[in-house]
Amino acid sequence: MDKSGAAALGILGPTSCPRLAAGVRLTFDRTRENWILLAPERVFMLDEVSLEIVQKCDGATSLAMIVDDLARNYSADRDEIELDVRKLLQDLLDKKVMAI
Amino acid sequence: MTDMANPVPPLAILLELTHRCPLQCLYCSNPLQLRGASAELTTQDWFRVLDQAADLGILQVHFSGGEPAARRDLTILVAHARERGLYSNLITSGIAITRDRLAELAKAGLDHVQLSFQDTDPESAERINNYPGSQNRKLEFARWVRDLSLPLTVNAVVHRQNIARVEAMIELALELGAARVEVAHVQYYGWALLNRDALMPSLDQLREATRKVEAARQRLRGRIVIDYVIPDYYARQPKACMGGWGRQFLNVTPDGKVLPCHAAETIPDMEFDSVKDAPLAEIWRNSDAFRRFRGVDWMPEPCRSCDQREVDWGGCRCQALAVTGSAAATDPACALSPWNGTLRQMAFDASAVPVPTLRYRRIKQPASASA
Repeated sequence: MDKSGAAALGILGPTSCPRLAAGVRLTFDRTRENWILLAPERVFMLDEVSLEIVQKCDGATSLAMIVDDLARNYSADRDEIELDVRKLLQDLLDKKVMAI
Repeated sequence: MTDMANPVPPLAILLELTHRCPLQCLYCSNPLQLRGASAELTTQDWFRVLDQAADLGILQVHFSGGEPAARRDLTILVAHARERGLYSNLITSGIAITRDRLAELAKAGLDHVQLSFQDTDPESAERINNYPGSQNRKLEFARWVRDLSLPLTVNAVVHRQNIARVEAMIELALELGAARVEVAHVQYYGWALLNRDALMPSLDQLREATRKVEAARQRLRGRIVIDYVIPDYYARQPKACMGGWGRQFLNVTPDGKVLPCHAAETIPDMEFDSVKDAPLAEIWRNSDAFRRFRGVDWMPEPCRSCDQREVDWGGCRCQALAVTGSAAATDPACALSPWNGTLRQMAFDASAVPVPTLRYRRIKQPASASA
């Protein structure tokens, strides 16, 4: 399957550049003092780690770059980080909260 | 546990801006006693409601009706919601909005559009909503939504008249560029209860539809999100109606009454406070209607000691009323309710009625014709 085909199906690869889907807003909820994603009929509360990942998803930075960056900042095992990042982003892609 | 004196802030508010609507759907969620235009809140009233909603910690506002576009101030209300940081969703028939007006709504900061389809077959769709020519106008509206890059959810209410085309409705949503489709079986209160004999699917039809929806979910994973609401009449476990009574959600009627759910007015001895008389925060915390079934203290057995009590929050009060005669009874959709067998029998009986009379939503109280 070519790259654009995979992207159309929402399958994440190392060169995919995730971004928030249309109609999704990242915002700080002052009442609950938490960063959130506002999406159609849904609200996602973000913890510190998922916030950092979501903030890097600007549509220009690839999955590989996001993982590199996090592995460097946390001096953590790259494979482990990649697993966590993929898990979060694939879930958000399946829910159409993220797009690639 | 729910703190009665200080409940957590709600997440969403649904504003029924008006009961006026070009469509007359057989299962409309509005009450049988529809309010006319003269009873509706003013623009300033709605501004105040939006301000109070944002202050209360509400995150999402659904502009609904009736057809919300029947209000000429819809665009400035959306703009106001946006200014206050609220996520705005327009729930529309797609009939009453021109392309220019939709562009203005987008410019005002509208976040999302939810467009209803009654069926994929135009003849059937227009029998359900009693509006000839509506299907083409909805399709055209959906194209404008896409042209303007507004995110779209297709609402597909399913029942015996259209259940055979559940897959086609999902395909239609996909073709129209919707990121999400809500396939919801009819809930039987108000107008839908009047038309139950025309709408109730058979158990076989339901199983077939559920199988098709599950298969589509697998097949279309990553392409479209499919939300599926099952019908209570064939259920063994109740749904957490509204995410629990007075836990997440408020509904404001065209004349300003604040309800815990859109059907709550069917409960005869319940009184509702109005946004004309009290601030939203006070109504949320203290109104009798919200307190009556909030949390778990009101629950009868077997709910009270059930380990699901903070999962389903006792299910649906309006359905308990409609079927058992008591709004405080265990939801008959629960296998532990003594009424569960009766509920299922009602579904079997209704689904077997051959050619029932259709009773369309109208602003006047319908004549009580027998089915």
